[in-house]
Amino acid sequence: MKKREKLVMIGNGMAGVRTVEHLLKLAPHAYDITIIGDEPHPNYNRIMLSSVLAGSTDMKEIVINDWDWYKENGIKLVVGEKAVRIDTKQRQITTQLGKHFDYDRVIIATGSQPFMLPIAGSNKEGVIAFRNIKDCETMLEASKQYKKAVVIGGGLLGLEAARGLIHLGMETSVVHIHDYLMERQLDEPASRMLQRELEAQGMTFLLNKQSAFISGRKRVRALHFTDGSEVQADLIVMAVGIRPNVELAKASGIDVNRGIIVNDEMETNLPGIYAVGECAEHRGIAYGLVAPLYEQGMVLAKRLAGIDAPGYQGSVTSTKLKVSGVDVFSAGSFIEDASRKSLRIQDDLAGTYKKITIDSNGKLIGAVLFGDTSDGAELFSLIKRGEIVEGREKELLLGISLDQLNGGNPAARYEAMPDDEIVCGCNGVTKATIVDAIHSKGCNSVSSIKACTKASGSCGGCKPIVEGLLSVYAGDAAAEPVKEGICGCTTLSRDEIVAEIQRMKLLSIKETMNVLGWSEPEGCSKCRPALNYYIGMLYPEEYADEKESRITNERYHANIQKDGTFSVVPRVYGGVTTPSDLKKIAEVAEKFNVPMVKFTGGQRLDLLGVKKEDLPKMWEELDMPSGHAYGKTLRTVKTCVGSTFCRFGTQDSIAMGIRMEKAFERLNAPSKVKLAVSGCPRNCAEATIKDLGIVAIDGGWEIHVGGNGGVKVRATDLLCVVKTEDEVMEWSSAFLQLYREQAIWNERTAQWIERVGLDYVKQALQKQEDRLALMSRINKTLSLTTDPWKEIIQDKELRKNFEQLADIQTAAQ
Amino acid sequence: MATSKILVGKRSEIDVKSSRKLRIENIDIVLFHLSDGSVLAVENKCPHKGGLLSEGMVCDGKVHCPLHDWKIDLRSGKVQDPDEGCVTTFKTEVDEQSGDIYIHM
Repeated sequence: MKKREKLVMIGNGMAGVRTVEHLLKLAPHAYDITIIGDEPHPNYNRIMLSSVLAGSTDMKEIVINDWDWYKENGIKLVVGEKAVRIDTKQRQITTQLGKHFDYDRVIIATGSQPFMLPIAGSNKEGVIAFRNIKDCETMLEASKQYKKAVVIGGGLLGLEAARGLIHLGMETSVVHIHDYLMERQLDEPASRMLQRELEAQGMTFLLNKQSAFISGRKRVRALHFTDGSEVQADLIVMAVGIRPNVELAKASGIDVNRGIIVNDEMETNLPGIYAVGECAEHRGIAYGLVAPLYEQGMVLAKRLAGIDAPGYQGSVTSTKLKVSGVDVFSAGSFIEDASRKSLRIQDDLAGTYKKITIDSNGKLIGAVLFGDTSDGAELFSLIKRGEIVEGREKELLLGISLDQLNGGNPAARYEAMPDDEIVCGCNGVTKATIVDAIHSKGCNSVSSIKACTKASGSCGGCKPIVEGLLSVYAGDAAAEPVKEGICGCTTLSRDEIVAEIQRMKLLSIKETMNVLGWSEPEGCSKCRPALNYYIGMLYPEEYADEKESRITNERYHANIQKDGTFSVVPRVYGGVTTPSDLKKIAEVAEKFNVPMVKFTGGQRLDLLGVKKEDLPKMWEELDMPSGHAYGKTLRTVKTCVGSTFCRFGTQDSIAMGIRMEKAFERLNAPSKVKLAVSGCPRNCAEATIKDLGIVAIDGGWEIHVGGNGGVKVRATDLLCVVKTEDEVMEWSSAFLQLYREQAIWNERTAQWIERVGLDYVKQALQKQEDRLALMSRINKTLSLTTDPWKEIIQDKELRKNFEQLADIQTAAQ
Repeated sequence: MATSKILVGKRSEIDVKSSRKLRIENIDIVLFHLSDGSVLAVENKCPHKGGLLSEGMVCDGKVHCPLHDWKIDLRSGKVQDPDEGCVTTFKTEVDEQSGDIYIHM
């Protein structure tokens, strides 16, 4: 048997490990692999560091290959050690600790390091880069003690770092040498729009400023500019660019320029020594974005596996800024000159901008999008294919339909796409992986491809391409399932399911799944609670609620916390309590050693950190109704003081709120429902971001609907103005019941109204007879509800589910 | 180490498609009672973020973790695609006559 060659990779980052991963797939047993990395972590997704800083991701979640991966693949991993020399004659690598590793082939994947401005004071405490996990940790630490942060560099990385620092509560300024931001990716109009948006998020900008020196004693105090001005700073983050790590290559006699020079095979001037990733320079370009690095890795893996394939031809790049609430996309070259012409459209009302650039041959070569980036993936794919778009430039500018893109033959376009092409940039999924999922894993819908490969699972920008590949490669198999059902178990939509339940009067979840051909006999965590809701909504009297199909919170009538404890929120109608109730809550909290007592956003008291076993006992001692702070149901009715005490109040908002809360408590709904009543248009109860908000005016009440203060803030729409409290109840009841009967399970009123339109709701509630019919249905449903806490306290069978079955300790050790 | 067979309770004490928690030698274990009558035991800890599987929804031999909806096969302990991982399973035995549940440790 042929002796296995020794492959040593220097560097343990994304591009390098990706290459090895691919190589293992192509030629699993060809090499004995050793990886030497100087960071004390397994391979992680550097791109996601901004998300870690922004708080949406956890450090552990960004690890791509954990320690086990190396072990399972028989890779020898040496971390915390730095390679210092490659002896190309002896074919041996030496580390700084003097260890030696023999090799037959070497991959240099040393990446790059942030460029630190060589100005005086840059070695002071509190001056860092934004590059690795340690920098992230330094920022998190600094934000706890200090207030003022300055980011030098208004490019992609600098802005993401600044957004993260704002999220951490720091006052953040961005210093930029150019007169507008992200000048490498954006033209001036798009950049100005971006600046305005980021200013609205609290970022301050110092443009046209060149840094001169940093002052401070031990720690940084201020950043000074060449024009004599200065800015206070407790933390300075330098994000002015990266520099490929070439020292090792240079010291070993390998040709370097800015990066390590490689040919189309990713090979350096010395045979058997390759370079890949940010440290490599190909045709004069050292890339710093992930997609090109993955493309290089793919080429190199094939070369190492001995597969004959075309070499690396360079990449057209696209960028997306990962800042929440700001959509920016840029690809290719977008600067016009004598031979390149641009078309642009700017909409200051919607806050969108779009520019496309076309060269003298009529090819699309660049695009910039702001505000709405939904066309990004399609435009980028046109740019990469170098297609001539002459004659349809305006269509491209104004919006793309798939037909226009496909040029009449969609199949040819997807078939011509190379297997290695990365379709999903976020998760690095290639066309080949998707096609394989379709062919050998039986995926026949976008959601099953997502489940199998993660393609389109993050930003979703590549979904149209995944759909396209599906229609070409799944053929007839995809014809039916292209329609997506409410979950992976069915192809039926919410409306179809509800119609079938009514047509056949299906009275159990099991029967419904059976009759409607569910693919999973007992469904999943999405369809079970949905069906439980729909059947219960349609037949409140006949249907026996199935608690096993309720989400966790609704099964335990408490809110599950991340550590498995629960929280208890007793009902406090309208947010009005009494000294004796407060005493009782305090006593119970003390007796059960509740770790935290907190006011909720909805004017209630939250007892947090309660053990599941203690829940029924606490409810019993509280002897108050459940506050339902955990379910898809009426949460709270928030009120302001109103005319009872307030000198501005025009109506009794407290009494109105209590009446509504007493009427609608325990109501099962598609999603949670929050209410508020304000006693005057000053609106102290914030009624205009609630699902149903009542605002008193002189001589009447305004009824507002469809508001939301969550992830996507939406102000309410005014439904109508009425005169009496009884009319408020009539309209509110009718509105809530309409929502119950029409919305998709888990859909808030805001999303529902966006979907069906306010006019639909207004029309459905226009006639009093319709309102009264809806009201009688909601009253029927409400009359059948009971307090869940009481029910559990009184029923031993229900109580047992809160208790541990056994605790067994055998004496023997 | 020799395995031992421990009596932990009766099947009737667990609702169908539901679960009960228990501890043996300081290991947190959860027992699931499936629709087909079988009783399965796994360590009560999702490999992702340590979510309590006992509070998850049971669908045909699989449980959905309540924290981030990871789906775990209760027979093999394997996390289902697209996520990856494994939980420890324990062999169980049910006396069909008495309904007594035993766990092999």
